[in-house]
Amino acid sequence: MLKVENIDVYYGAIHAIRNVSFEVNEGEIVTLIGANGAGKSTILKTVSGILTPKTGTVNFMDKKLNGTPSYMVTRMGLSHVPEGRRIFQQLSVEENLEMGGFTRNKDEIPALIEHVYDKFPRLRERHTQIAGTLSGGEQQMLAIGRALMSKPHLMMLDEPSMGLAPILVEQIFEIIKELNESGVTILLVEQNANMALKIADRGYVLESGKIVLSGTGAELMASDAVKKAYLGG
Amino acid sequence: MDFLSTLISGLSLGSIYALIALGYTMVYGIAKMLNFAHGDIIMVAAFTVYVFATVLKLPAAATIPLAVLFCMLLGVTIERIAYKPLRKAPPLSVLITAIGVSYFLQNLALLIFGSNQKSFPKIINIPALKLGQLTIKGESIATLSVSIVIMLALTLFISRSKMGKAMRAVSEDKEAAELMGINVNQTISVTFAIGSALAVAAGVFYGATYNFIGPYTGSMPGIKAFVAAVFGGIGSIPGAMLGGILLGVIENLSKAYISTELSDAIVFAVLIIILYVKPTGLLGRKTNEKV
Repeated sequence: MLKVENIDVYYGAIHAIRNVSFEVNEGEIVTLIGANGAGKSTILKTVSGILTPKTGTVNFMDKKLNGTPSYMVTRMGLSHVPEGRRIFQQLSVEENLEMGGFTRNKDEIPALIEHVYDKFPRLRERHTQIAGTLSGGEQQMLAIGRALMSKPHLMMLDEPSMGLAPILVEQIFEIIKELNESGVTILLVEQNANMALKIADRGYVLESGKIVLSGTGAELMASDAVKKAYLGG
Repeated sequence: MDFLSTLISGLSLGSIYALIALGYTMVYGIAKMLNFAHGDIIMVAAFTVYVFATVLKLPAAATIPLAVLFCMLLGVTIERIAYKPLRKAPPLSVLITAIGVSYFLQNLALLIFGSNQKSFPKIINIPALKLGQLTIKGESIATLSVSIVIMLALTLFISRSKMGKAMRAVSEDKEAAELMGINVNQTISVTFAIGSALAVAAGVFYGATYNFIGPYTGSMPGIKAFVAAVFGGIGSIPGAMLGGILLGVIENLSKAYISTELSDAIVFAVLIIILYVKPTGLLGRKTNEKV
């Protein structure tokens, strides 16, 4: 579904991503793990068109994406839940969802919103509330719900567990698993390697902009290198 | 009665400022830039009306829509040619470019129309309203009523329509808006088009109130409307309306009761005091960032 081949990405003179290749097949949960600054978010931003790779290609559903503006990428069925959630703080919960469905037809919107509310009943309770006043966990649910509104084939989540209490982290990962079971392919970026590898079919380990290891979730969890660097021994 | 009529002409002047201030504040909110050429769009609007009505002798019903169309296109074109290439440039470059565009428009008008003032065609023909001793000028009635309708429509558009909500989303977070599938460049173009259309309304009312127009007609109301936008809280739409109207009222009351020469000084002094007490302006929000 998503095939990234030999991409190099620069921030000005800084060579952030070096010759990275990976793929995500339909129906999978794939995770990119790695330390802070390893380039995980940069890769997602390159896929969704916020950044453009200097070399290499990004293919999504057999279409080359390089240089496609991100609003077009979203229209092709790829949604990106950015790091830090980035919900529209001054808009209401419902308006945030409407913006998530910006690319859909007007008459589809009510049903899509209902679908999100069924998944996240908290959001229904708070639908008129200004999004900036939600708690961290609710904001993350809103960010995921908003991304669902575009009916994506592939959803990319950047650090969904960031800043959340452990109980909420479990809930979020449960939701990600459910989404996947309902047919959404997932590309997950996480610092919480343990949780990510538990639900992932496959994973890639990123270090200083390079992929150093890849395998199934179970393989990576068993790997000494991963254990040492990311799982605390 | 004197007080009342001063107040009404102040409200009318204030709604002209408000219409212009809306253009500043919307563009600031969405493109995060101060479009100092916005005041000159008012001058262009006034001259466009002059050309259509006085030179080509078109009826008012045709003149105004044509002027709106022309200025919307002009606003969007200026944004495309002058500002869009600077989307990622430092704010100072964009500001200097905007000042450059302002001089360009003024000098273009000077070249085409010369430096002599032209008399603005009388396209608003509403008789004055007499209520006992109070007389309200036709121009004031037109300005006030049309401005109220425009501001209500704009408020509804921003709060209810899909495009209006997208504009608010873009103003808050361009990158996240883009990830929703919102075409940010298109949204910015729409904002410039709306701002320019409002400038036409302001230009027509300004011309009708002061009767004469020249290449520099736009600069003083432009600066005052910018002050009004800051006064109300730059980026805030109700703030621009409130700021504009207050500014007009303060200006007219100071002219009537304190001093005509000092009226501008008083207006700017009030701005300084307000910003001293409330740096974000009357209705401005502090941007609170949550991490």
